[in-house]
Amino acid sequence: MRKYSVFAIAREAMRGHKGWPEQWSSPEPKKSYDVIIVGAGGHGLGTAYYLAKEHGITNVAVLEKGWLGGGNTGRNTTIIRSNYLYDESAGIYDHSVKLWDGLSQDLNYNVMYSPRGVMMLAHNVHDVQVFKRHIHANRLNGVDNEWLTPEEAKAYCPPLNISREARYPVMGAALQRRGGTARHDAVAWGYARAAAARGVDIIQNCEVTDINRGPDGAVTGVETTRGTIGAKKVGVVAAGHSSVLMQMAGVQVPLESYPLQALVSEPVKPVFPCVVMSNTVHAYISQSDKGELVIGAGTDQYTSYSQTGGLHIIQHTLDAICEMFPIFTRMKMLRSWGGIVDVTPDRSPILAKTPVSGLYVNCGWGTGGFKATPGSAHVFAHTVARDEPHPVNAPFTLERFRNGRLIDEAAAAAVAH
Amino acid sequence: MAQPFRIATAGRLGKADPVRFTFDGKSFEGLHGDTLASALLANGVHLVGRSFKYHRPRGMVSAGAEEPNALVGVHRDAARRAPNVRATVQEIHEGLNAVSQNRWPSLSFDVGALNDLASPFFSAGFYYKTFMWPKAAWERVYEPFIRRAAGLGEAPDRPDPDCYANRFAHCDVLVIGGGAAGLSAALAAANAGARVILADEQAETGGALRYETGAMIDGMPGWNWAQAVTADLAARDNVRLLTRTTGFGYYAQNMVGLVERLTDHLVSPATDQPRERLWQVRAKRVVLATGAIERHMVFPDNDRPGIMLASAARTYLNHFGVTVGRNVAIYTAGDSAWQAALDLKRSGVSIAAIVDCRPDPQGPHVEEARRLGIECLTGHAVTGTGGRLRVSSIKVRPVSGGAERTIACDALLTSSGWTPAVHLFSQSRGKLAFDAETQRFLPGNAVQELVSVGACAGNIDLGETVAEALKAGHEAAGGVARKLPKLAADSTERWSGGMLGAGEGAGAESTAKAFVDFQNDVTAKDIRQAVREGMRSIEHVKRFTTTGMATDQGKTSNMHGLAIAAEMLDRPIPEVGLTTFRAPYTPVTFGALVGHGKGRLFEPVRRTPMHDWAEAHGAVFEDVGQWKRAWYFPQAGEDMHAAVARECRTVRQSAGIFDATTLGKIEVVGPDAARFMELMYTNPWQKLGVGRCRYGVMLREDGFIYDDGVVGRLAEDRFHVTTTTGGAPRVLNHMEDYLQTEFPDLKVYLTSTSEQWAVIAVQGPKSRDIIAPLVEGIDLSDDAMPHMSVREGMICGVPTRLFRMSFTGERGFEINVPADYGRAVWEAVWAEGEKHGACAYGTETMHVLRAEKGFIIVGQETDGTVTPHDAGLSWAIGKKKTDFVGMRGLARPDLVAPGRKQLVGLRTRDPKTVLEEGAQIVADPDAPVPVPMLGHVTSSYWSENCGHSIALALVAGGHERMGETLYVPMPEGAITVEVTSTVFFDEKGARTNG
Amino acid sequence: MLLIHCPYCEEGRPELEFRHAGEAHIARPENMAELSDEDFERFFFIRSNPKGIVYERWRHIHGCARFFNAARDTVSDRFLTTYKAGEPKPDLDGEGK
Repeated sequence: MRKYSVFAIAREAMRGHKGWPEQWSSPEPKKSYDVIIVGAGGHGLGTAYYLAKEHGITNVAVLEKGWLGGGNTGRNTTIIRSNYLYDESAGIYDHSVKLWDGLSQDLNYNVMYSPRGVMMLAHNVHDVQVFKRHIHANRLNGVDNEWLTPEEAKAYCPPLNISREARYPVMGAALQRRGGTARHDAVAWGYARAAAARGVDIIQNCEVTDINRGPDGAVTGVETTRGTIGAKKVGVVAAGHSSVLMQMAGVQVPLESYPLQALVSEPVKPVFPCVVMSNTVHAYISQSDKGELVIGAGTDQYTSYSQTGGLHIIQHTLDAICEMFPIFTRMKMLRSWGGIVDVTPDRSPILAKTPVSGLYVNCGWGTGGFKATPGSAHVFAHTVARDEPHPVNAPFTLERFRNGRLIDEAAAAAVAH
Repeated sequence: MAQPFRIATAGRLGKADPVRFTFDGKSFEGLHGDTLASALLANGVHLVGRSFKYHRPRGMVSAGAEEPNALVGVHRDAARRAPNVRATVQEIHEGLNAVSQNRWPSLSFDVGALNDLASPFFSAGFYYKTFMWPKAAWERVYEPFIRRAAGLGEAPDRPDPDCYANRFAHCDVLVIGGGAAGLSAALAAANAGARVILADEQAETGGALRYETGAMIDGMPGWNWAQAVTADLAARDNVRLLTRTTGFGYYAQNMVGLVERLTDHLVSPATDQPRERLWQVRAKRVVLATGAIERHMVFPDNDRPGIMLASAARTYLNHFGVTVGRNVAIYTAGDSAWQAALDLKRSGVSIAAIVDCRPDPQGPHVEEARRLGIECLTGHAVTGTGGRLRVSSIKVRPVSGGAERTIACDALLTSSGWTPAVHLFSQSRGKLAFDAETQRFLPGNAVQELVSVGACAGNIDLGETVAEALKAGHEAAGGVARKLPKLAADSTERWSGGMLGAGEGAGAESTAKAFVDFQNDVTAKDIRQAVREGMRSIEHVKRFTTTGMATDQGKTSNMHGLAIAAEMLDRPIPEVGLTTFRAPYTPVTFGALVGHGKGRLFEPVRRTPMHDWAEAHGAVFEDVGQWKRAWYFPQAGEDMHAAVARECRTVRQSAGIFDATTLGKIEVVGPDAARFMELMYTNPWQKLGVGRCRYGVMLREDGFIYDDGVVGRLAEDRFHVTTTTGGAPRVLNHMEDYLQTEFPDLKVYLTSTSEQWAVIAVQGPKSRDIIAPLVEGIDLSDDAMPHMSVREGMICGVPTRLFRMSFTGERGFEINVPADYGRAVWEAVWAEGEKHGACAYGTETMHVLRAEKGFIIVGQETDGTVTPHDAGLSWAIGKKKTDFVGMRGLARPDLVAPGRKQLVGLRTRDPKTVLEEGAQIVADPDAPVPVPMLGHVTSSYWSENCGHSIALALVAGGHERMGETLYVPMPEGAITVEVTSTVFFDEKGARTNG
Repeated sequence: MLLIHCPYCEEGRPELEFRHAGEAHIARPENMAELSDEDFERFFFIRSNPKGIVYERWRHIHGCARFFNAARDTVSDRFLTTYKAGEPKPDLDGEGK
């Protein structure tokens, strides 16, 4: 791997940038691998990278039915935070935030992790109680999260409307200063380049059509649109398509896949300094380095693999955005799109071994998987390499739906009385 | 001279009124009917903006919505500022104030243009490779710098005073595009009797007929025909004609989003006139007649102001009467651009040369050009341009190689052919098919009820287009075949030829800047670099270079980018892929999507019948769901703490009156009502006597508490169920779900009565005395009406369901009266209450009083992970029941495991310390991070009645910890607490009968 | 926004009138008390989540308020049919996509 640096750029500038090597190659699949990762999104590519880097397992292929980074990695609103309530969640998301900090240097790829702060707005007494509960729990878990008054919130994000006359006035906010955003494509590309440099084969346009198992039931490899590929271990990291893939191995998972939409505005000069989320009015917004307002909408109510959703969902989101930020009414929506998010009953992910020997699954990240990318990949690589979970992901089992030991972040933000 | 580039004999604005407007503070004159672009061009102004990355000077490229360069800010007043407005679309009006963007200090001298000098460093994706050292510098130095340099216009800085509207519409046939094809389709559909909606993005219909002067339809020049048909359609009852209206999004099941621009072209719109209107049209059939978009040629320095599309120059000349230069050159790979030269020449404009890279183009236009004495350089290419703020010359050489020659010019028109506008077709999820011969993506099989006609379907012949569109409109309307209408249509013009990708001088070895995407400054070499770096999918190329991601979404550039990538990869274009077309077709104002849904109409406000009374009595309100609830009633000089303390004291000393209307109410009726209740709630109901009440607990199937409330049995077959305020709709849905789908044999009816009843709670020792004078027909004595009973009778002359119940621990009543009488009864109760020194109290006092008694609030003590056992409600589970929703879930291993978090009371060692709700509880306050946590404080208040603070908490194994000392760590130090019972006041519960 | 045909009202109405209610044809076991943990998990948590035809429940909540079933292709979001609660799962082999 040729190192990226300002000097390398200067050198290339002299020759019209014709000397840059491929960031990753596009090899033909080998007959077999030690590990196959299904799904070349950030989590899957990161898993391959950490398998090679931390566990010395380099005979690895990442199979991708489309183009790498083309699923939810390239479709999300790139919010990063770790101020979750439960110890288990705070553990995995904060593991991730620690890896975000330094990821550019680790990968030698500028993923533009930008800790500009994530501010979550409280609009009623119940929100205040819930956020305070988070703040206290976070502090004792070593996760930064602080309470802001409406005036402090406005100082942190000047476009915010804190009028008492608003339909749902802002009663305060929880701010995680280390939260922020990163450049989603760069995350996928950076992991792909670094993994490929360590010998990982990234095979795009290669759809897995079946998971093969031997007489003892253990995984032996996969069938793909580019032929049979053997593997000792298979890790499924396929987001919205996880149900489909796991069913190939006869494993039924508690997932449903929903459309989730997002949109960007036309680019404007810097006007919005941080990330703001409001669960009560359903709005998520930040401004990209390019100047676009990046806005996350809610899910549609029905399951779908169509990667599209209804216009009314976007309308509702913009209602909320313009309610909180009335200066944005004259801004224009430039582009909208949809992804497929896989949602578990307790809104927490599954990163675990499965009942099938040699088969591992990393799924169920719902609407918030991007922030977890490095942490998820790191502990999932551990799980695959050692055939046992890392302490950080040990609670995120499949069995919790049987024994009831849920990690219910959704319930923790329960509906107001 | 005013408007020196206006040609009196050309165009259609004729003797239109002059209009004065300003651009960057300078005053100009245009004509009514001009766009900002045509008016600026009439004044010889090409330079209108700076590019995104290199800040290169840029002028208008197009005359329409595909414009990549000419973006300006339009400032109607201080609050009405719109960034990134396309000058080619914005119509001028008297006083229009436009400003250029992305430049400092001025448009003609922009410091940011230094980026252009440094451009060798700023290649595609350079920022992924640097700015990483030192680590902290990204966030402190590099990123803020990049952010300031990026962006285009300035966002508005104050709320938008304009309003926006929203309409839903249904029709038989929706036609998008009002050119020859769209008008023909709409005409045929309307003639066949269909309800038709026709939408066109321009101020006037006509489409390409605006500039295509050689077209004849139905014996008329094309433009005249278009206006005649439009007038005809507009007069019909079954046609809705929408101009300035863009079809921007194609959604499931033939729902199309349109946005209509209503006031941006007006001098002084009425304040109540919507600025834009969103239409959501559900059409039985859609006819797409969206035309085609001309592409520029890709060659070195092809971006200078004055270099524009040939069709744009024709539009400016033939429609607006404006020439884009005095000495105009043409560079093309197709036939249509020749016509621009002919039109200009006939209007007296000098043509510097026509350069066509094809070796031997043929046709009447070629012959005509030669006849007019225009220098025709076929088999030649333009390999460079000169000029700084305006093109001044071009370099031309034979394609086969040879000497380069410089030709002076003040404008250069280019065309590399036409890209069918298949955006909406693709959004409809129809698959596109690549036609290798013409190098175009065309609509393949439709998957929704739609048909594409005319140029967007690849048709380049006017006669065929009109015939095909008439047929499509006729058939979409269900017209019979033999009545298919016909119209004579023909054009002298030709649209064939064209090329994709980089032209001469911009090949693989070139280091020149040959722009593919003008706005984002993406050049042919950037695309090649992306491929070289391993980007093999067009989606990767797009994201790496940002080609096609600017505000024009690559309308003129995407096919070039794709072709260059395909050539680099040595693969056919369809294998490299086509980026997905996503809504919207052109950017849509947030306001239009929001419509009326802002401010007071963002979400409805629910108010109880007593709301105004509470407001008049000084209540402070809190939001609970959509409800406004009275929170507390401060008297003069009182803060919240003082008001709540007084209210709490008063209730327990005499009485308080509370508006409980927001509680959900459901009437459960039928012979199987009790059986149904047994299934829905943990409690037993069969033996509950008529006239008695019971506190019910509802679980989800997984065993966690879902809702609670007091239920009264009014008759053997009738229950009056109450739910939490926020839970009313979901509880009804939950009940209906089970009733309709799991227990359909039960004879039960469910009716929401939440809005039917107003509820006045009267609580306190004096409560009976207060209501007694008002009640008729109910014996209020303890024997006749004990705690937890319900009676029907009259109060203040209106029917009531009177509950004897208490959420305060005091003797109490809840008076249900028909909502319309709520205010009157409230006032009567209030008048009686005043005689006894009663107060009105709000939700905060209600919370404190119930916490003193250890009563839970679902959603505060519970959070969806709490079982009845955890909440100390095991007594509410019918022990003999064989089934209820949640029974099996409750038995799962983790729900019966030891160490679960259980509801307890907490008392602070210092009685004055009030814990913070949400604070965590630990056994060892000195433990290092991460500190093991045992639970959290769910409710915490100062209890005026107890004389100390009280708190409820969920604590691991809490029921076994009575008397234990635990700690609540706060940033400023740990607070010592003792675990207690949840009941802090009147432990024996004597007061409910007191 | 989907257009949904309510089999009770016998009308196609916009999605805003309806509430999605999860996968269809998952009957609540009659012998709830005897269910094993595995069976309870299967009943309450496991969903087929197919890429293709899904059988799902909708409620015409702002209309007739009835629950009914639908067969829909989750790839195209096209409804194949809607039918009343309690009616058997229609045989749609060979349809869809």
